Amino acid sequence: MSAESLFRPLAVSQNPVLIEFDGKPLSVPGDVCLAAALLASGVRHTRESAVSGRPAAPYCLMGVCFECLVQVDGQANVQSCLVAVRPGMRVKRQRGAVSLAPNEEGADE
Amino acid sequence: MSNAAIDLIIIGAGPAGMSAAIEARDHGLSVVVLDEQASPGGQIYRQVLQADARSRAVLGEEYSAGAQLAADFLQCGARYLPNAAIWQVTPQREVHYLIDGCAEVLRGRHLLIATGAFERPMPIPGWTLPGVMTAGAGQILLKSATLVPAGPVVLAGCGPLLYLLAAQYLRAGIAVEALVDTSHRRELLRAWRLIPGALRGWRDLLKGVGLLAELKRGGIRHFRGAGNLRVEGEDSASALSFDSGGQHLRVPAGLILLHQGVVPHTQISWSLRLEHDWSEAQLCWIPRRDGFGQTSAPGIFIAGDGAAIGGAQVARLEGRLAAMAIAGVSRGTRGLEKGLRRARAARLLIDALYRPPAESCVPPDDVIVCRCEEVTAGAIRRFVEFGCLGPNQTKAFSRCGMGPCQGRQCGLSVTQIIAAQRRVSPAEVGYYRIRPPLKPITLAQLAGERHCVEEPS
Amino acid sequence: MQKSDVIIVGGGLVGMSIAYGLALLGRQVSVLDEGDDAIRAARGNFGLLWVQGKGYGMSPYAQWTRDSVALWPRFAEALQADTGIDIHLRQQGGFQLCLSDAEMAEEAARLAWLREALDGDYPYELLDRAQLRGRLPGIGPDVVGGCYSPMDGHVNPLKLLRSLHAACKARGVTLINGHRVEAIEPHATGLQLRAADQRWSAAQVVLAAGLGNRALGERVGLDVPVQPNRGQILVTERLKPFLHYPTTYVRQTDEGTVQLGDSHESAGFDDSTGSPVMAAIARRAVQCFPLLGDVRLVRAWGALRVMSADGFPIYEMPQDCPGLAVVSCHSGVTLAAVHALRLAPWIAGEFDDPAVKPFGLQRFNSPTEVRHVG
Repeated sequence: MSAESLFRPLAVSQNPVLIEFDGKPLSVPGDVCLAAALLASGVRHTRESAVSGRPAAPYCLMGVCFECLVQVDGQANVQSCLVAVRPGMRVKRQRGAVSLAPNEEGADE
Repeated sequence: MSNAAIDLIIIGAGPAGMSAAIEARDHGLSVVVLDEQASPGGQIYRQVLQADARSRAVLGEEYSAGAQLAADFLQCGARYLPNAAIWQVTPQREVHYLIDGCAEVLRGRHLLIATGAFERPMPIPGWTLPGVMTAGAGQILLKSATLVPAGPVVLAGCGPLLYLLAAQYLRAGIAVEALVDTSHRRELLRAWRLIPGALRGWRDLLKGVGLLAELKRGGIRHFRGAGNLRVEGEDSASALSFDSGGQHLRVPAGLILLHQGVVPHTQISWSLRLEHDWSEAQLCWIPRRDGFGQTSAPGIFIAGDGAAIGGAQVARLEGRLAAMAIAGVSRGTRGLEKGLRRARAARLLIDALYRPPAESCVPPDDVIVCRCEEVTAGAIRRFVEFGCLGPNQTKAFSRCGMGPCQGRQCGLSVTQIIAAQRRVSPAEVGYYRIRPPLKPITLAQLAGERHCVEEPS
Repeated sequence: MQKSDVIIVGGGLVGMSIAYGLALLGRQVSVLDEGDDAIRAARGNFGLLWVQGKGYGMSPYAQWTRDSVALWPRFAEALQADTGIDIHLRQQGGFQLCLSDAEMAEEAARLAWLREALDGDYPYELLDRAQLRGRLPGIGPDVVGGCYSPMDGHVNPLKLLRSLHAACKARGVTLINGHRVEAIEPHATGLQLRAADQRWSAAQVVLAAGLGNRALGERVGLDVPVQPNRGQILVTERLKPFLHYPTTYVRQTDEGTVQLGDSHESAGFDDSTGSPVMAAIARRAVQCFPLLGDVRLVRAWGALRVMSADGFPIYEMPQDCPGLAVVSCHSGVTLAAVHALRLAPWIAGEFDDPAVKPFGLQRFNSPTEVRHVG
């Protein structure tokens, strides 16, 4: 997967951390924001827009563009550039509008 | 409602905010500093305290100079609240913010807005594709995560930050496919009369010259006077095409970093309904303030790039001056004011040299200008023809500006598009009415907002 | 300036509905509107087409509201035919949710009064929590009950405004933008309006300038008792559809966002928001639908309702100022249909509509004054 990544660590040794992304385990650099971690781990788009479904990915990395929105531990539309990576965090692409149903895995279509 | 025992609340822990905090503490004021990031430095000194020697070598001297400032800031006795998302600021100087999912309020006798800058939007065809990011994002990844491009990368646009990033990538051993520069060498000839004044800021000019020399030595393909920029790709960026030197060119790359300058982050100042002026030189809105940063609202000051783009040195000096004014100190400001004049000297020239081209400020019809609601430039123009005079009317009819970024990415474009279509100045067109929430807040958080009683300082 | 039969001051929902209605009658209409930053009630709406509870103590208003809602489908069709814009009209009923027994009792009493005042022609149901749960899944435990009426509905208010502008344009109405009318005075063959150094005149002028009607009315010796009443509205991020009926506190739009509101404040001409009221609106919304707790607020605004002294519309054509009509209300969405299809003909002198009489200005005078003959 890393071969498709847009970014890679400058130094070889980064604290790798295991998270869950779209239901599958994913090893990402630790000590970084979630957006950076995903970009360095082969994730090319992080959401589909609620307006048209267009694929989107982090753009500004500083919290002013709202393109990097993902679902984290059941909370929708989290700005991934403003949260730190945590071992075991359950991350999902934000696919369109938020579902109000009490969220279980797979509740989003 | 909290007791107003806080002399000064500072919003932003970048160079302006940190310098102001240190200065205010020197004069015995009680200070609270709020910032959205997890550690001090703002964007320009992002994570400077965590940077190792290799990073500092890549990022350069200016960046490393921020480390001392950040260290001094953490020692100065200001109460520092990182990871704070500010969602409302009132004219009565209440600051409403979220930390760890809790909504809190503080109130200060004075307020200093030091929110810095963000990238000027660069709406070119394809700019919303995954794989397109800002040059600032590239720098942030370098600073905060020591991440560099893994594959082919193209840098496009204009401005010193673009050259700096290219140089930083070079130093890190990254081959940049192309530097697609929309500025012309001949801009220098047009701006010649600004040079004498700018020479007082010779250190800044030398830095720029040095960067360009470094890029040339590094052998980067540097295309100048580029126009007609277009990101190609279906679901993600695959190439950048452009015209330069009479040719139409195409550079394949999965990562395209755009930049055409930075602009003040004026969300808070607009939400307070402070007076703003349109700057034709900097093509952005400038909050009106006096020599010490006092705005049109009593007790509310602005310093640094959040008021007008000036860079880190200017920000530091403005932060100190604002703190002195707030502390009621009138002596010792002369030296700072002189330093400010020198630090600002090169600005007019830089603005003129790297003025963003019209086509990437006022783009063709089919280019999206509002990323959140996916509204095109053409839709805005159609609503102007329909009778809308300004951005609030176009917003009501097109939804442009209603999304989560609340106009940060589209505001300047929309004002300029409407101005061009109506053939009037942007000053006459105006800007969005900016309202809280400045950052999204959940209903439960809002419902549970706590009003803190401040402990006496 | 082009010669108009009628000039309307105010390009909001009231002004444009009347303009459209007059244009349908073949009148040559111009509308004078302010600039981009004007206070516009038309941009601050909740979007309800609401009948239940309105006109308590003034049954002609209850009837007028019912009439409007009955005309709405025809009105929406006309707009759709003229513009192609879908304004998302839904008239499948609505709910007033009650969070206390006292609130429930008060609503029940109002509705009972209204049913009697309208001779029983006033459908509604009082529902307890269990019955509500069947109709509105996700309703919270704090909701004690609600009142449902099939008469209620909702529409996209901004698309409605846009559609009215487009329809007026299609029907030859001239929109003159960016002017704030400061003066109005009698003139050769009618009335003349002035904004800065510009002038316009017509045989007939309709003041539909919302809160601005007060100052303009004064110019011709009329006391138009309208005051600002601030309402704050919160809007969330887009959600997948979960709420298929409008309620007075919570409404999901066709875009998926959820609007929250219903606050009333006397704050003068200040249309800013404030966190105590915003927090109260949020709290109430979460009581109504607890799952909204984790949903993010994306934007909010305050808007100034044009509130008359008794809360009911003002429709006046003063005898001692021929050619002038004064129109104001705070339910510009609900009444848009009746404004276009009944009030406009009344203004145009097509016929004398007795339903309009109770809304004249004379009702604000002392009772000993003589009622002028309509």
